[in-house]
Amino acid sequence: VLGAASLISIASQPAKDQPTPPTHTDHADGHGGNLMVGDVDPNNINHFDPTAMLTDWDYGKVSQMPNGQTLREFEIFAGEKEIEIAPGILFPAWTYNGRVPGPTLRATEGDHIRIHFTNGTGHPHSMHFHGFHLPQMDGLIPVPSGQDFIYGFDAVPFGLHLYHCHTLPLKRHIHKGLYGGFLIDPKVGREPAHELFMMMNAFDTNFDSANDVYAVNTVGFHYQRHPIQIKVNELIRMYVVNITEFDPINSFHLHANFFDVYRTGTRLTTNEYTDTIMLAQGERAILETRFKYPGQYMFHAHISEFAELGWMGMFEVSE
Amino acid sequence: MSDTTLTTPVEPKPRSVSRAIWAILPLILLAGVIVLFVSGGTIAPTTAKLPPIEELSISKVLLPAPDQMIVHVTNSGPQPVTIAQVIIDDAYWTFSVEPNNEIQRLASATIKVPYPWIEGEAHTVSLITSTGAQFIASVPVALETPAIDFKTFLNFALIGLYVGIVPVGLGMMWHPFMRGLKRRTLDAILALTIGLLVFLLIETASDGIGIANRIPGTFRGLILFSAGGLLSYLLIQIISSRKRSKKDEASNRLNVSRLLATGIGLHNLAEGLAVGAAYASGAAALGAFLVIGFILHNVTEGIGIAAPVAEDQPPLKTFLILAGLAGLPAILGAWIGGFIYSDIAAAIFLGVGTGAIVQVIVEVGKMLMRHAQRDNASVTSWRNAIGFTLGLGIMYATALLVAV
Repeated sequence: VLGAASLISIASQPAKDQPTPPTHTDHADGHGGNLMVGDVDPNNINHFDPTAMLTDWDYGKVSQMPNGQTLREFEIFAGEKEIEIAPGILFPAWTYNGRVPGPTLRATEGDHIRIHFTNGTGHPHSMHFHGFHLPQMDGLIPVPSGQDFIYGFDAVPFGLHLYHCHTLPLKRHIHKGLYGGFLIDPKVGREPAHELFMMMNAFDTNFDSANDVYAVNTVGFHYQRHPIQIKVNELIRMYVVNITEFDPINSFHLHANFFDVYRTGTRLTTNEYTDTIMLAQGERAILETRFKYPGQYMFHAHISEFAELGWMGMFEVSE
Repeated sequence: MSDTTLTTPVEPKPRSVSRAIWAILPLILLAGVIVLFVSGGTIAPTTAKLPPIEELSISKVLLPAPDQMIVHVTNSGPQPVTIAQVIIDDAYWTFSVEPNNEIQRLASATIKVPYPWIEGEAHTVSLITSTGAQFIASVPVALETPAIDFKTFLNFALIGLYVGIVPVGLGMMWHPFMRGLKRRTLDAILALTIGLLVFLLIETASDGIGIANRIPGTFRGLILFSAGGLLSYLLIQIISSRKRSKKDEASNRLNVSRLLATGIGLHNLAEGLAVGAAYASGAAALGAFLVIGFILHNVTEGIGIAAPVAEDQPPLKTFLILAGLAGLPAILGAWIGGFIYSDIAAAIFLGVGTGAIVQVIVEVGKMLMRHAQRDNASVTSWRNAIGFTLGLGIMYATALLVAV
């Protein structure tokens, strides 16, 4: 008799109906415990800093061609390098000029581009540029280990483009880090703005064809730990490129604000006024906005999984 | 005399000093070889550029409070492993590691994650190492892990009581009834006992091997299980043969009952372990139906224990001791399973149980054969065969009620 009563208490114990109280780790910035422990010191292993990458434009060595055209020459070296993509997590990357993403090459519409490419890795690699060029400049022919190649073409059309390795197997060659931004400014120019380069990328750390760390400019949650500094009312122009492998799409969502979208940046008129934009693999867009009020504004992929796996950051707007 | 020693040469015994040298020399050389290998050089060509081999085994995921997740992990690989980040349900989460993020070979660590897990739902824990490797454990049904306080201690004791003492005691209460039965019928009951034991043997051994197989390879679970079995068989054999040699037939019968109680007790310890662990991890809600199932299932064990002494009239005290031997270990098992469960300990316990049951089958079998000799009959009679089948059948049928 005593036993029967106690048994019921045993049976009902696990089913107790208790609301989960808020976690004590809830932070004012609203991401709770969803973070990586520690930080990535850019001077330690990487020798590149996602914050610096936002505004780090490579204009190349500039000179004048006999026909009056501006010539921009770039030295690109493909190397093997272990990089820290999240605090404590090392990734065996292939890099252009020792960084992921590679340098953001910037030219003006109509310039002539000359790329001195050297492959310093043990595998064949190439550089495939989005834009107009001759088929032999398309980067489909791999440059063998230890050899070099000179790519030459005119910078057209204006807009936000990219370059990446086009050696097979493609997924592996791209996602290991061989990609970068290629920005062609229109001849007429754009309104002066606080410009930011954002490469949405991801890393498959255990090589199971699924990403484990998502980020903007390589380091997961970097802008969560180091918010991007912005002034109230200044024009912000974000050059957003999606190079995420394995997942068909990625997205960009801005909190408490909207932005003008210039898809691929190839027209000077806006396509859309929104707060969330979806980009397929290799797609890119220029986003323009202003912040009216000071404070912290979150931005992240509106694919919650990507956001919680590192693709989340903050703008810190001040007077 | 001196001639004989010359003609038949006897190898001179080495002096004690040189013997000592021969004892130590291999050790010195062994140390030298190890130093040589550790210092590199010798095997460098085979290890150069090899990626690190990482192996972590997550032994337990505990949910001690609504906002807490505790992960117990052991480095079962050949090299130190550093836990870089923790992902819960596809989200990076803040965490802390005791004693250190870097876990040495065969060392263990405890990871605390302040994760708001949801009662009754499934969660996935992934530990991501410095090389990007991932080690994953799942929580099939999230339930708060019982705290080690007096109330849960008592609750687990109660589980053990229902699995052990209660059914065994009830079964033994058939003893006065059995006393009135014919010898041949009693023999059939002994055969039934063997059927029951064979069932327990298969169950205990397969559970043990199953657990042994999920233990990380480094710890060699099957060896632990088998060693537990062989050593317990040997130990019980030694103890029981020493007792038997001294005493008369009646005390020999009591001895078989004692062995039965011990073997069944070890099985019940393992059963308590399984129930306790399942209950603690939320894999089983111990409802009334399950407990009734256990009582029906284990009642047969009581009959088995009482069967060898059916002709005798042991005092009540003896019955209480037998019931305690067979039933109390279930309480101990439930405590261990509920509070400090480990696969390694479970594999050893189940091995011990397996060995004990084999030993008891041998003993009861011998007893049955002695009875057959005494009555000038065959052991393999229809009656005994039916008894054996009935024992196996009853256990099988009642086991359908206790799927944990």
